[in-house]
Order: sequence, then structure tokens, then C-alpha cells
Amino acid sequence: MVSDTHLITRPSVTVHAPAAVTTSGAAFADTSVMRLRDVSVHYGNYEAVRRTSMPIQRNQVTAMIGPSGCGKSTVLRTLNRMNDSIPGARVSGDVLFHGQDLYARHVDPTQVRRRIGMVFQKPNPFPKSIYDNVAYGLRINGVKGRLDEHVEAALTQAALWDEVKDKLRTSALALSGGQQQRLCIARTIAVKPEVILMDEPCSALDPIATAKIEELIFELTHDYTIVIVTHNMQQAARVSHHTAFFTAEVDERQERHGRLVEFSPTDQLFTNPADKRTEDYITGRFG
Amino acid sequence: MTLTAPPTFRPAGGGPDLTRAALSGRRRLTNHLATAAIWAAVLLAVVPLALVTYTVITRGGGVMSLSFLTEDIPNSYRRDGGGMAPAIVGTLLITGTAALMAIPLGVFGAIYLNEYGKQRPLARLIRLMADVMTGVPSIVMGLFVYLSWVLLVGAQTGFAGALALACLMLPVVIRSSEEMLRLVPEELRQASMALGARKWQTTLTVVLPAAISGITSGSLLAVARAAGETAPIIIVTGIVFSPNWNLFDGSNTALPAQIFRNASQPFDAAQDRAWGAALTLIVIVLGCTVLARLISRRFATKER
Repeated sequence: MVSDTHLITRPSVTVHAPAAVTTSGAAFADTSVMRLRDVSVHYGNYEAVRRTSMPIQRNQVTAMIGPSGCGKSTVLRTLNRMNDSIPGARVSGDVLFHGQDLYARHVDPTQVRRRIGMVFQKPNPFPKSIYDNVAYGLRINGVKGRLDEHVEAALTQAALWDEVKDKLRTSALALSGGQQQRLCIARTIAVKPEVILMDEPCSALDPIATAKIEELIFELTHDYTIVIVTHNMQQAARVSHHTAFFTAEVDERQERHGRLVEFSPTDQLFTNPADKRTEDYITGRFG
Repeated sequence: MTLTAPPTFRPAGGGPDLTRAALSGRRRLTNHLATAAIWAAVLLAVVPLALVTYTVITRGGGVMSLSFLTEDIPNSYRRDGGGMAPAIVGTLLITGTAALMAIPLGVFGAIYLNEYGKQRPLARLIRLMADVMTGVPSIVMGLFVYLSWVLLVGAQTGFAGALALACLMLPVVIRSSEEMLRLVPEELRQASMALGARKWQTTLTVVLPAAISGITSGSLLAVARAAGETAPIIIVTGIVFSPNWNLFDGSNTALPAQIFRNASQPFDAAQDRAWGAALTLIVIVLGCTVLARLISRRFATKER
């Protein structure tokens, strides 16, 4: 608890001090599809992420890295309102998508998720056939006819078509982990979202499957904007154009909050970080 | 108890002894005892099942014939011959109607509890009431339907029996279906949500198919239990001696009620009919189980 004297001697200004974010590479042409403005996320009374601001550039890969518990997955899930289903989760600040606040009262979360898809950490195909997995999103969105073409296109784009074209009617659960994850990507791109969020998509996969997914991520930037959360710094360095480094900070009340420390072009963040904390993290001195 | 040390075996290469003999006598003894205990438990469980099946088949098989399945019940217990057709018709109609009422209602109730209500006060109240209802004896449910329906319409009917059986099935269907829905992994709901599916779409196209085989099993248990209920049938449906296909007009009867009435007579002919009715009931329940399994397999999601 904050005592009264404490409040008097240390005015609340310190609490609301501007987020210590170093945004270098100042001259971004504004090609951002999404933009976070002062976004904080609370779970009940606990502030999980404090005052985060960053842009998401069109047709580029934005990576979020940082130690466990720094709130990067939480931030990712605010981008398509997946946190809505968690009781007590609350988002303040603006999450802008083409300038519209996704958390405005009139916004329907279902419409948001149709345009901003998500791939999860653990491959989670539906216990249905490979075909039905990809067709699912099309069917619920009322796409009629020519399903076969859409399914083939999505599987081809996810670099899975050649491996599964002869067994589209078999269960998706019979695929290997890497194939399942590519199927989940195919399922997501079948509904043609603008942005694809990926929450540590390779953490359950072996290096070969990981390499395939990374190659795929690169290919997908022709048509999609990608935001990826990863524990693996090499992966962020390999696949992303921009990197956001998050860390967990302990505040004056001894509570941990996720904070965005630095947002820069990836090569710059890894070779010439502007913030000491970023440097410590990427050189392995911390985390 | 002393255990003689097993002769130690040394492989030629001088490596560790990997044979079972390397285990201590105590561990080997425990292993044998546990295996023996498990086999004994299996046998104990199978014996009553096998005996019941054997007795019903041998005693009931004697009277089983086409005429037993198609003829009216003799209106005197003393008389030989006759059949159980009215009770078979009654059991199928009454239990079937009860299942049609209770299963959809129960599954929708379970969907509310697990997908929408969760831990809200209303959901907790429903859960508590369902648990309490599970414990209500069937004869009490029979009396409840007698008071609230039979007295209201002024006649014992097959439908009254169906109402009583539905009330008995409902809480079992709700609770077992809810357990099955709870087993559906949260990741599947999230995956569906992330594709822009609405909650009802997710529930109908992802959650329900993933749980359907478990829901079928639970519902079948409820149906099988209800098909064997005797007390409410006797109280609310009355008795007939020739088939009554109309659930809403006139009395009806069912196999368990006929087993009870015929078995409590001193006449051999009546007791034979009771055994025959028992065999018929078991076969009907078995048939329903197989049928429902086949149907649910069509809707079930692919696991392999």
C-alpha cells in the first residue's frame, strides 16, 4: 500500500512518468496498419502491461521479444481482442487498426478477429479432417461454393499442399507437429485476414519444422502483416523487420509490470541497441 | 516370511544384472500380489454380470418366440401363452418420448452451464438443483407426476410415464454432458474464436462434435436406467392388455411393470412371462446402445 506521507513526498507524477521507450529510426514512413497508443492491460487489480506505444507496419514482420512474464503475449492478444474471454481482463489506451479503436464500444470482437487472425503456441487443429480444418473459417464466414479452390490455395500458401493433397479427408491430428502448425497457419490465411498474430509459433517444434515455418513467415509478408512473439532472439533476428523488446519492471509497490523498452528496426536493435537493458538482454547478461 | 535369495546371474560381459532376479524378493512379492488382486477384482466384477445374463437368457429364452413378441398380455395371470407386445410397444414409446424430451433439454442445459453460465450464481443454482434431482427416488418422481399431471388431465397415460422418466433422466444428462464439455480443450475454442467464429458457431461446430461421443454415452446410461424404471410407470401409466399406440389417450404399460406384476404371481405361466419380459428389456436396451453408438460415430470428430 502507498502511505499518505509517501503520496505527499513523492507526487503521483512519478507513477505517470512517460514510458521510457526509445524509438529510434525516427523517420518511419507511416505505413502502419495498427498502432498501440498508451496501452495498459489489467487482470483484475494487477497491471500486467503498462503504457505501451508502438506501430505495426504493413507487410512487415514485427517481433516481440523479452523474458518470461514481460507481457509480450498479453500485448499480442490485445491486438485481436483475444483477452476478452479472460475474466477480469481490461485494456486501456488505444489499439488502433486503420485508425479505428478496436476497443471502442461499437466494435464487434468477432469482426476484429476475422481481419486479425491468430496462430497459437501449441498447434491446435480441430479434431476434424485436414480439409474441414481449412474450410472451417470459410464456412462460418458464409463462403459458399468453390471451397475446394480456397482450401487448396490456403494449403499451397502455407507450403503444406504437396504433403497433404492425397489425404485431405484424414484427421488433422495424424499430422506431425510441424505440419499441424502449418495447417493452423493455412486455416488462418484461408479467411484472408490482414494481420496474422503468432504467439511463439515454433516453441513446440523441432529445428527443421521451425526453419520451414520461418521461411513461410517470410513468404507470407507479400500478402499479410505479421506480428510474432518469440522467446528465441535468433528467430526474431532472422524473420523480423522491426523488433519490440519488453521487460518486466518492479515498481514502487513491488509489483511487476510488463514494459516496452525499445522498438527499433531489427538489425539496429540487435547490433546497436539504444537502451542498456536491451543490450544486457541480447548479449545474454540478463534473462 | 523368508525368501530364498535367487541365484544371481552374471552376464558374460560383466555388466549389470538386468534380469528380473535382480529385484529384491519383497518387490517381486508385491508385484505378484498386486497382479493377483487385480485379477480377483476383475473376476468378482464379471461373476454377477455373467450370472445375471446367463439366468435371464436360460429362463427367458424358453418362452421367447415370435408370438411372445406380438401377442397381447393374457388378462388372467393364470393362463398359459400370450405375449408382451403391449409392454414392448409401451416401453419403446414411453422411453423414446422421454429421451426426446430429456436429452435435447439436458444437452442444451449443459451447454449453458459450461459455455455461458460457468460460475455465475444462476449456473451454480442449476448445478445444485440437478445434483439434488439426481438423488430423488423414482417413486417420488412418479408421485410428483401423478399429482401435477395425471390429476390435472384426469387419466393415467403413457405420456405421464414419459414425463416421469424424462424428469429422472434430465439431471443425469445435464451433469454427464457438462463433464464431457468440460473435457474439450480450451485451445479449440480459442482457435475457433480467432477465426472470427461467434460463440454459438464455436459451440455447435467445434465443442459439441468434440464431446458428442461422451455425451452419447452419458445419455445412453440415462436412457437405460429410465427404461428399467418400474415404480413411476405403475403409478402414472396404469395397465393395458393390448397394445396402445397412443401416448395421450388411455392407459399404457411397460416391460419393467410387467416383470414386476408377473413375477409376483404364484403361477408358472406368469413367471415365465416375467423372465421373457426381462430378456426382451435387456435386448432392447442393448439394441438402443448399439444404434446410438453408430449414430454418434457419424457426427464424432476424427481422433486418428
